[in-house]
Amino acid sequence: MITGAEAMRRCLEAEGVTTIFGYPGAAIHHFYEELSNVDTIKHILVRQEQNAGHMASGYSRTTGKVGVCLVTSGPGASNLFTAIATAYMDSIPMVAITGQVNSNLLGRDVFQEIDTTGAVAPFIKHSYLIKDANDIPRIFKEAFYIAQSGRPGPVLIDVPVDIQKHMLNFTYPETVNLRGYKPTTEGNAKQIKKVAETISDAERPLLCLGGGVFSADARDLAIRLSEEAGVPVVTTMMGVGALPSAHPMNLGMIGSFGHITANKALNETDLIVIIGARVGDRAFTSSWNVAKKAKTIHIDIDPAEIGKNVSTTIPLVGDIKLVLAKLLEEKPKADCKPWLEILCSAALTEKSKIASARQNTIGPKRLMRELGLQIQEDAIVVADVGQNQIWAARYLNIQNGRFLTTGGLGTMGYSLPAAIGAKIANPDRQTLVICGDGSFQMMFNELSTMAENCLDLKIILVNNHTLGMVCELQRIECYKNFCVTLPANPDFQILASAFGVKSRCIIADEDMAGAIDEMLKHKGPFLLECIVSPDEGTKTMDEVI
Amino acid sequence: MKHVLSVLVENQAGVLNKITGLFARRAFNIESLAVGVTDDESISRITMIVDGGNSAVDQVEKQLNKLVCVIKVREIKEENVVGKELIIIKLNASSKTRGEIKDLCDIMNAKIEDISSTTVTVELADTPARVELFQNMLRPYSILEVARTGLIAVQKGSSFMG
Ligand SMILES: Cc1ncc(C[n+]2csc(CCOP(=O)(O)OP(=O)(O)O)c2C)c(N)n1
Repeated sequence: MITGAEAMRRCLEAEGVTTIFGYPGAAIHHFYEELSNVDTIKHILVRQEQNAGHMASGYSRTTGKVGVCLVTSGPGASNLFTAIATAYMDSIPMVAITGQVNSNLLGRDVFQEIDTTGAVAPFIKHSYLIKDANDIPRIFKEAFYIAQSGRPGPVLIDVPVDIQKHMLNFTYPETVNLRGYKPTTEGNAKQIKKVAETISDAERPLLCLGGGVFSADARDLAIRLSEEAGVPVVTTMMGVGALPSAHPMNLGMIGSFGHITANKALNETDLIVIIGARVGDRAFTSSWNVAKKAKTIHIDIDPAEIGKNVSTTIPLVGDIKLVLAKLLEEKPKADCKPWLEILCSAALTEKSKIASARQNTIGPKRLMRELGLQIQEDAIVVADVGQNQIWAARYLNIQNGRFLTTGGLGTMGYSLPAAIGAKIANPDRQTLVICGDGSFQMMFNELSTMAENCLDLKIILVNNHTLGMVCELQRIECYKNFCVTLPANPDFQILASAFGVKSRCIIADEDMAGAIDEMLKHKGPFLLECIVSPDEGTKTMDEVI
Repeated sequence: MKHVLSVLVENQAGVLNKITGLFARRAFNIESLAVGVTDDESISRITMIVDGGNSAVDQVEKQLNKLVCVIKVREIKEENVVGKELIIIKLNASSKTRGEIKDLCDIMNAKIEDISSTTVTVELADTPARVELFQNMLRPYSILEVARTGLIAVQKGSSFMG
């Protein structure tokens, strides 16, 4: 017989978990004691629970493994909710373990009790409240299976503190038996044939790649489909990097903040093949949807996404990797040379435009372009939310690395913790954070976690002294400039040094390339603060030469 | 359009909460919902009537299927429903009106379950439409209390869910 806490630890080991991100408290402390006894699982102490979830997300997205986070009951759990919702919207596999009050006291509003599983229900894939220690092995096995199979997502296990001490006979199950959960992975062969034929018949076909391409580890196949079938590609924000930015078939990102050529293609196509994207309103605007005449093929692991927001000519449910492999065997080949030529040359022109330099500030578009030129081929770039995110998504070249951001929930404060998770998983890959001065101040406490773990992150702080994206929105609406300026920002240079982080601040265009070079060559973390005008916009193209 | 859905779910705490929560946050309209355990004690059957167009009901089915606690979802087309709803009505009845109420009950095949000097309590198990009709017919006699179960149903013929 072993304790519940030991059983939990053994479950994690059986799942191959080597790193967890967490924050302790009374309701989870028996399990912390158990972790202290072993060196198989490394615990990363965060500075606020939300960031444990984001770190698990960054870890998961750059390894394909389930990210694990661990917090106490009540406030620990509720601090984590934002990260769970973020992971849910972006379909990131994650297991969150939360402590809970004594099982005999559940429902009595005792100290630090909240109904955790009840509260997370709307934004989680599945959750468990353990009421019997004997269920620990089965529930952990199921949780990891559910998190990473089908459409991935977060799963929560709530463990009352007394259960962590109860004794049980431990055997870890080899299989799961969930009669209510049987995701379809193989695509229907007939439908796949039909898809191939429809692509071959189209005059103006277009592939739209979303984050599902990464979840399914199907990037290579998606690139092959585009090249072999001769069909140009657009991506959603979650799909940025599915094709290298400079790939001639890559027309860029669609949507209200997207590239001109990509949106033009979306408006003019006669066959849109949506692959691993959920047709969110930021990517596929409602006016597009209304005007749409194109046939639509929608390939997704989640049947509920197909037909939810857009009417579909050919639905195809399945794992994208399996489906694309089968689809390639059918050798679809579009005869669409004129369409392809016009779009590819328009995309090339759009990509090679360089925004003009600014006087006494850094031009954010030029900044992203320069970063793209200097980063390593497989770099991981994590963008936060706001103008900085849009500039990065549009102007920063991704080759064979990753562009990580929160597309679904748009959670400010995602980038630094997600980058910490990614860097811990990939110590040898160059990892960059791009954020605004607003988002930085939601997460800079994690510089402490970064320093403690000697992580070499490069942070590009786009300092426009405003909540730029909201400010831009107010400008567009001709509203007053209200509650968006940040006049009392701290001195970020002193702040960086307080955490032992080397830093530099630039305001002149001619210093930009050199400063980026200095940052990337520096061994150890580096904060590059770039002073940007609050008047810069994401939508206007006026400064493009 | 009304659609009858039959849903098999794990018979566990919190399952109903997950299902009704889903309906609330996705703005689906449930007209009625009845739950009971099946022959297999680990499984409950929920019968619900959902109001909405075909594509809305398609979404309801898909979203229900995504819940791990939902084992099976099937729409039962109107012509295939074997189903009943139970209604119990307590109404004012004096010696003058009792006879008329009894007549109505006879016509509708309803039963008088209880009686007092000023009231009668009647019950009817029938299709929702006939239950509705019965309730309407009794309205003039000043209804004091109504309890309805909502429809429970299975499919006609030999095909079954299990
Ligand atoms: C947690 C959270 N709160 C509020 C918002 C709304 N919001 C979106 S962008 C933005 C401004 C971001 O400002 P900053 O981080 O300075 O980046 P910038 O837009 O200036 O690049 C705000 C407040 C959000 N997305 N997330």
